[in-house]
Amino acid sequence: MQAFWFGVIAVLWAGFFLLEGFDFGVGILLPAVAKSEQRRQIALRTIGPVWDGNEVWLLTAGGATFAAFPEWYASVFSGFYLAFALLLVGLILRGIAIEYRSKVHTATGRSWCDAGIVVGSFLPALLLGVAFANFARGVELNSSHVMTGSFFALLSPYALLGGLVTLTLFMFHGATFLALRTDGEVSSHAQRLGRLLGPVSTVLGAVFLIWTATMRHGAVSLLLALVLAVVLLASIAMQRASRLGWAFIGTSLATVLVPIWAFAALWPNVLPARNNSAFSLTIHNASSSHYTLTVMTVVALIFTPIVLAYQAWTYWVFRARVTGDSVTAASSAVGRLVEKAKQSAQETLGSGEGGDLAAPDHAPAQ
Amino acid sequence: MDPLMLARWQFATTTIYHFLIVPVSIGLTLLVATMQTLAYRNRGTEAGLTWDRASRFFGKIMLIIFALGVVTGIVQEFQFGMNWSQYSRFVGDIFGAPLAMEALIAFFLESTFLGMWIFGREVLSPKVHLASIWLAGIGTAISAYFILAANSFMQHPVGLVYNTAKQRVELTSIWKVLGNSTQMVTYPHTIFAALMTASALLLSVSAWHLRRSGEKSDPVHLKVMKLSIGVMLVSVLATSVVGHFQGQVMTKQQPMKMAAAEALWDGKSNASFSLFAYANVEEGKNKVDIAIPDGLSLLATNSPSGHVKGINDVQAAEAAKYGSGSYIPVVWMAYWSFRLMMGFGILAGLVGLGLLWAWRKGRLAADSKLMRVAVWTIALPLLANSFGWLFTETARQPWLVYGYLTTRAGVSTNVGTGFVFATLVGFTALYGILGVICFRLVRRAAMSGPEPATPPPAQESLDDQLTLA
Repeated sequence: MQAFWFGVIAVLWAGFFLLEGFDFGVGILLPAVAKSEQRRQIALRTIGPVWDGNEVWLLTAGGATFAAFPEWYASVFSGFYLAFALLLVGLILRGIAIEYRSKVHTATGRSWCDAGIVVGSFLPALLLGVAFANFARGVELNSSHVMTGSFFALLSPYALLGGLVTLTLFMFHGATFLALRTDGEVSSHAQRLGRLLGPVSTVLGAVFLIWTATMRHGAVSLLLALVLAVVLLASIAMQRASRLGWAFIGTSLATVLVPIWAFAALWPNVLPARNNSAFSLTIHNASSSHYTLTVMTVVALIFTPIVLAYQAWTYWVFRARVTGDSVTAASSAVGRLVEKAKQSAQETLGSGEGGDLAAPDHAPAQ
Repeated sequence: MDPLMLARWQFATTTIYHFLIVPVSIGLTLLVATMQTLAYRNRGTEAGLTWDRASRFFGKIMLIIFALGVVTGIVQEFQFGMNWSQYSRFVGDIFGAPLAMEALIAFFLESTFLGMWIFGREVLSPKVHLASIWLAGIGTAISAYFILAANSFMQHPVGLVYNTAKQRVELTSIWKVLGNSTQMVTYPHTIFAALMTASALLLSVSAWHLRRSGEKSDPVHLKVMKLSIGVMLVSVLATSVVGHFQGQVMTKQQPMKMAAAEALWDGKSNASFSLFAYANVEEGKNKVDIAIPDGLSLLATNSPSGHVKGINDVQAAEAAKYGSGSYIPVVWMAYWSFRLMMGFGILAGLVGLGLLWAWRKGRLAADSKLMRVAVWTIALPLLANSFGWLFTETARQPWLVYGYLTTRAGVSTNVGTGFVFATLVGFTALYGILGVICFRLVRRAAMSGPEPATPPPAQESLDDQLTLA
């Protein structure tokens, strides 16, 4: 049962890395791929309907850890205190900035929101890697599983490299996603950036994986590391060949494999103690009682398929590529102006049903 | 200040703030869904069009508020582990379950379908689009159920056994936790309070427009005003009735809380309901006390001569049971927050009654004096909600989990004062700034009114463009 929940939490993290990975990537790359207002709206529209649902994977991973392994939850969240506080600040900034961007009415307001989106995507993308690297490296625990090391001990070169790996991987993933989900300038910018980010994240990832292999020697994690490397190389190749669908499948697999690989490297620990392996938190000494795990298993077996079904359905509903037109039609403020402009034009020109009047390419700034 | 006080301040700040937002988003989502249902049912008619415009208008306001609720909610889930890790270790086996269920069952539902609702208007059929706002609304209500079940466990722990080897409490029955008698009264009390809060927001917005434009105002405002008067009156009544039963449950389960709420130092029969009191804690008695005879006995036991335990009685009983120490919360805070909660709730009800009277007289749109008052309605439930939480959480002190774990024992032991202080200041500042931004956006959206149904004349639209440009 503990093994099952270790797996469930790994899968939740994998889902989070896969889905929020491209949300973070899009957020970080926003100013780079989209200079004009309309292009920014296009880029953001790709994640607009789904980012909030994607974020819930993190909340569920947190909740599941609390329910199934309370000691793990307690040790990690208090031990990585400042890192989680910064992660929260990032998530708050990003969420508010994405949602309020269409509601503020000045260009200054929008550029503050853009800054919030970039910073709020950058912080989690970096910090998650730092946290996962520290899990793999092990932390200092005392006999009651309380983390004792200082905050700055968490910022070792190895951990920072881990942060750069997730950061660049999410950027690569996001660039591929944007290239696939948009057209025109945004797509081609994203594709160009992806060509740069692919090799960077692969090189950083390879160094990180080799470094980890010197510390933790599990056959499974070694194998997964190899698969991860192959997947990354394949997605770079697909990216270069402009086979974007395949490239995105590649980056998706890579983002999924990162937490799976990390969990495989940890097993059967959940939080290894670097100072004394007797103090390590394992799936056994960190877990909830058998009854609680049984209850949670029943709940998970009933509701996970339902959640997966409706989340998949939303992606199906919003499967169309985001183009300039879709943004103009949907963005309520700009759309209203366009509507009014159309109407006034109709009345002035006296042209009955003006449906064929094309929407202006560059919607006027409010 | 020690980390304990700072962690408590942080929890109080982030939680009260979060709970300013949450009742609005729960209630408003359900009310917007109601408006959209009315629009759908009456589609093709004048009324249907008005409801459609109303649902879009308040939907916009709902989204601004909802966003703040979502982001502050993440902090709630994480800070148990960050600041209260000893608590998390102690109760995780039980407390984690409703939290995980909340994420899996409720958060996915509300966030996914809210996304569908925002972006799906053009893509989905009207029926599916309507279903998506209801699913989001149901998600918020389910979410409230799980988190309140978790809180009810802290007030009245059930379905558990203490594991001495692991020094923690463990779950023996999830049904007892989810069906806790405390929860059975807390949940409806909170949901009706949420509806009260959202209807107060609708009242304030409509009142502002009705006062400004009188008879000439958009038909949306009169319709929404009438809907919200109904919701307000029903929810104030329901909150009070449920609150009464909640008080009785509380008297049984947490006698100290009720005694503190009444500043009743020594237990007595025919206890009076105190209206104004000033206590001296050291002497263990009230210096001033203005009271309704037999009121408290009647409220707590349904009988004017019923016996109600006093603070000193409960203190003696708990000291005998749990060991020496003070088990008395901050009495003045319990006493006043309890009264202010009820007082602001009742005031909201009175505003509702006043508006009902004006409605019956057919002068809702004409009575600008009444509307001037009604604009401020929204402040009342927000204050009542905050004092309600302040009461229920502070009057449980010194317990974190009643009878099992004190607050002092729940705080993280490895997080330094500096870190807690830094995050307290950081979150307070960030929340403050976001609060101001949110308020201004809501105010602007509310004042600009619903989108026009018919295309405005060309001249006006050009003017609009110029002012906007």
